[in-house]
Amino acid sequence: MTAVWAAVLATAAGCYGLKLAGLVVPPRLLERPLARRFAELVPVALLAALIAVQTLTSGQSLQADPARLAGMAAAVAALLARLPFLAVIVAAAGTAALIRLC
Amino acid sequence: MADQAGPPAVQETPTEPTEPTAPATPVRDGIGLGLAVGVSGLAYGAAAVSSGLTVGQACALSLLAFTGASQFALAGTIAVGGSLAAGVASAVLLGSRNTLYALRLAGTLAVRGPARVLAAMGVIDETTAMATAQPSRAASRTAFWATFGTLYLTWNLATLAGALGAGRFGSPQDLGLDVVGPAAFLALIWPRLRSGRAERMAGAGGALIALAAAPFLPPGVPVILAAPAALAVAWATRGRAASGTAAGDGAAR
Repeated sequence: MTAVWAAVLATAAGCYGLKLAGLVVPPRLLERPLARRFAELVPVALLAALIAVQTLTSGQSLQADPARLAGMAAAVAALLARLPFLAVIVAAAGTAALIRLC
Repeated sequence: MADQAGPPAVQETPTEPTEPTAPATPVRDGIGLGLAVGVSGLAYGAAAVSSGLTVGQACALSLLAFTGASQFALAGTIAVGGSLAAGVASAVLLGSRNTLYALRLAGTLAVRGPARVLAAMGVIDETTAMATAQPSRAASRTAFWATFGTLYLTWNLATLAGALGAGRFGSPQDLGLDVVGPAAFLALIWPRLRSGRAERMAGAGGALIALAAAPFLPPGVPVILAAPAALAVAWATRGRAASGTAAGDGAAR
C-alpha cells in the first residue's frame, strides 16, 4: 500500500468517524437548553458562512465574480417571489451560466 | 428503532407555523438537490486525478469519506506537494463540522444499529440543510434519506466520470454549477433567517467571521470558525431558549 493510499484511507476513516461521533452522543447531553440552542443554530451559522465563502472568495482571496453574484441575486429574487426550491436553483445557475456566455 | 431516541422536549409539534408556505416536498427537493450538487463530483474527480491521485483513490474518497470539502482538501494538498500528514489533518479538520450537524440531526433521525452506521455516512452540508428546512420530523427524515441517497449515487458516479475524463470536460462553471451549492443553502436556511432574530444573528455572524478569516486560513477552515457565532448567539438568547423560542420549526428538530 502506498503512502497516498494510507492518506486516502486515513482521511476517509477520520471523516466518517467525525460524522458518527455526533450521532452517538447521548441525547441527554443536548437536553440542556444552551446545548440545544447551540445545536439548533449551528447549521444556520455554518451554512451562512459557507454561502459567504462560496460566493465571495476564490481560494484564499476575496473575489467578487460578477456571474456568481448575479446568480445569487437571482436566487434571492426567486426566494422573495416564493418560487419553489428547484426553481431557485435553476434561476441561480441559469443566470450565472448566461452571464458567463456573454 | 425510533423509540425514545431524541430528547423529549424537541419532539413536540410546532406551536406556531413559521409562515404559510407551499406544502413540503422533501422527496422532490431532496432528489433535485442531490442531482444538482452531485454533478459537481465531475469537478472533484477531474481535480483529484490531475492532483496526482489514481482513479481508484479518487473514487475511494468519494465512497468512504463522502464530504466534498475534505476530499478537495486532500487532493489540493497533494497537488501542491504538501505533506500527506498535513493533507489528512486539514481534510479531517474540515470534516469536523459534520460532527456538529450530526449532533443536531441525532434526535431527528432517531437511528440505531446498522441504520445509524449508514446514516452517519450521509451527514453533510446538503442533507443537514434539507432535513432542517422541513416543517415536520417525518418530512425531515424523508428529506435526509432522499437527499443522501441521490447525492451519494450521483456524487460517486460523477467522481468516476470526472476521474476518467480528467481534462476532457469543459469547466463546470460554464453551466453555473458553482452557484448551485450556495443558492441551495440560501434557499434552505431562508425560512429560518426569516423566522427569528437569533437565527439572523447567527447567520450574519457566521458569514462575517468566515469572510474575515478567509484571506488568512486554508480554504474550509474559516467555515468552522463560524460555529462560535452560533454559540455566542445561543448564549445571548439563552433566556428565551428555555421557553422554546424556536417553536416555529420545532418539529423538525
